[in-house]
Amino acid sequence: MKEKIIEKILTLLAFSAIGVLLLITVFIFKEGLPVILKAGIKDFLFSAKWAPTKGHFGILAMIISSLAVTFGSIVMGVPLALACAVTLAEFCPPRLLVFLKPTIELLAGIPSVVFGFLGVILLVPIIREYLGGPGLSLLAASIILAIMILPTITSISIDAIQAVPLLYKEGALAMGATHWQAIWLVILPAARSGVVTAIILGMARAIGETMAVIMVAGNALKIPSSLLDPVRTLTSTIALEMGYSAGDHRTALFAAGMILFIFIMALTILANLLMRKK
Amino acid sequence: MYGQEFSLQSISLAIPKSQITGIMGPSNSGKTTLLRILNRLTDLIPDILIRGQVLLDGVDILMPHYNVNLLRARVGMVFAKPIPLPRSIYENLTFGPRMHGVKDRRILDERVEQSLQAAILWDEVKDRLFESALKLSGGQQQRLCIARTLAMQSEVILLDEPTSGLDPISTAKIEEALRNLKKDYTIILVSNNTKQIARISDRVAFFLMGDLIEYGPPDMLFTNPSDKRTEDYVSGRFG
Repeated sequence: MKEKIIEKILTLLAFSAIGVLLLITVFIFKEGLPVILKAGIKDFLFSAKWAPTKGHFGILAMIISSLAVTFGSIVMGVPLALACAVTLAEFCPPRLLVFLKPTIELLAGIPSVVFGFLGVILLVPIIREYLGGPGLSLLAASIILAIMILPTITSISIDAIQAVPLLYKEGALAMGATHWQAIWLVILPAARSGVVTAIILGMARAIGETMAVIMVAGNALKIPSSLLDPVRTLTSTIALEMGYSAGDHRTALFAAGMILFIFIMALTILANLLMRKK
Repeated sequence: MYGQEFSLQSISLAIPKSQITGIMGPSNSGKTTLLRILNRLTDLIPDILIRGQVLLDGVDILMPHYNVNLLRARVGMVFAKPIPLPRSIYENLTFGPRMHGVKDRRILDERVEQSLQAAILWDEVKDRLFESALKLSGGQQQRLCIARTLAMQSEVILLDEPTSGLDPISTAKIEEALRNLKKDYTIILVSNNTKQIARISDRVAFFLMGDLIEYGPPDMLFTNPSDKRTEDYVSGRFG
């Protein structure tokens, strides 16, 4: 009897977690959909004119900015993270790995506002000085995000590399492969699905990041034409404007959140599918 | 020696060219360790201590500056569990040669066919060379692994219980392949299967608890062993 009750309570708790997700989804869609329908999906997604108080709800510039920042962070972060993972998983003495892996994971625990602060103080002046432009830019945001997604990608990639059966490595070595050839030709391809999953989760983190991006991206609302242009992402717009918005403007921000939500959902589902395939 | 434990001691063996040397003994007798020393896969084990010499054509392969990758190309290894790489049959076979700088497509194709013929696998896979090697049966995978060392043009082939997980028909095919191969290769076969050793070896070594008990032609070891322990083992009284 007691067993049954505890079981029921646990089930209820489990479902309440899912319930929260469901409620959030319903709420965002309920708030966001009407304005999209009102403005028309085409004008909403493919127009860059965002003047919500005057009835223009085009979020194209923000979508492009979000994607550009994410792409930039992946281009810079992935090689670094993979190099890090390969070094730690393959070349690092186990005793050092026990110490270094948690250290890298700790990087994920640093609040994003701290990353943003470091970006403003250190990175932005360097970019302004040596590359020109305002410094607050797509480039700055990409670099900060690249550092922020490093721990996620590295840590999951290490797990994926370590999950490759030792037999593969021995087999390759027994055929005269150097350690590097074994890694490049056998171990990494065998760990591919795990590594790709890691990259997708990194992307989801990058596209959803808000605080650090607001601080270093410059937040000018237009489609960026160079790496040094300031950009304003979906997340930044929502965070910056939610405070004073009302009416259709507020609803439009929910709609932008809806698009973001769909992006991140798609990436997470993709990552889950890939993980299961392994 | 692993940590504090000796797994092999005071071994001296002369392995003849173009013959099959069989190594038998119960588990834990150091057979596998011996094989791994011969192509220095023991390098992967931290804290291992190896003393002595292993001469290949008069050169000590245990010297620290010896080129391990070239050694492993000359001394190929086939494991107890077949481990094709998770790629196509063709890529499995060309992996070794490519790594050692063979790029000419015609030479690669030729090697693939020759090595598969020699491993008696060609007829079974010639129409699906580009399918994943993981789709092959266990016996076929093991022959693919043998073919893989052949494609590298190894001189010595080490086999660590190559038929332990296989059915009698697959086993027979592998034994047939080994018999055909021995004129061109030096083959060292480790097996728990005493009958298999008796069937195909030209010389037999018997190991027990890390000691080499007896080494000689199979007739001697199987019909007229000089050591009581060998007699007990081949007659199935222990092990």
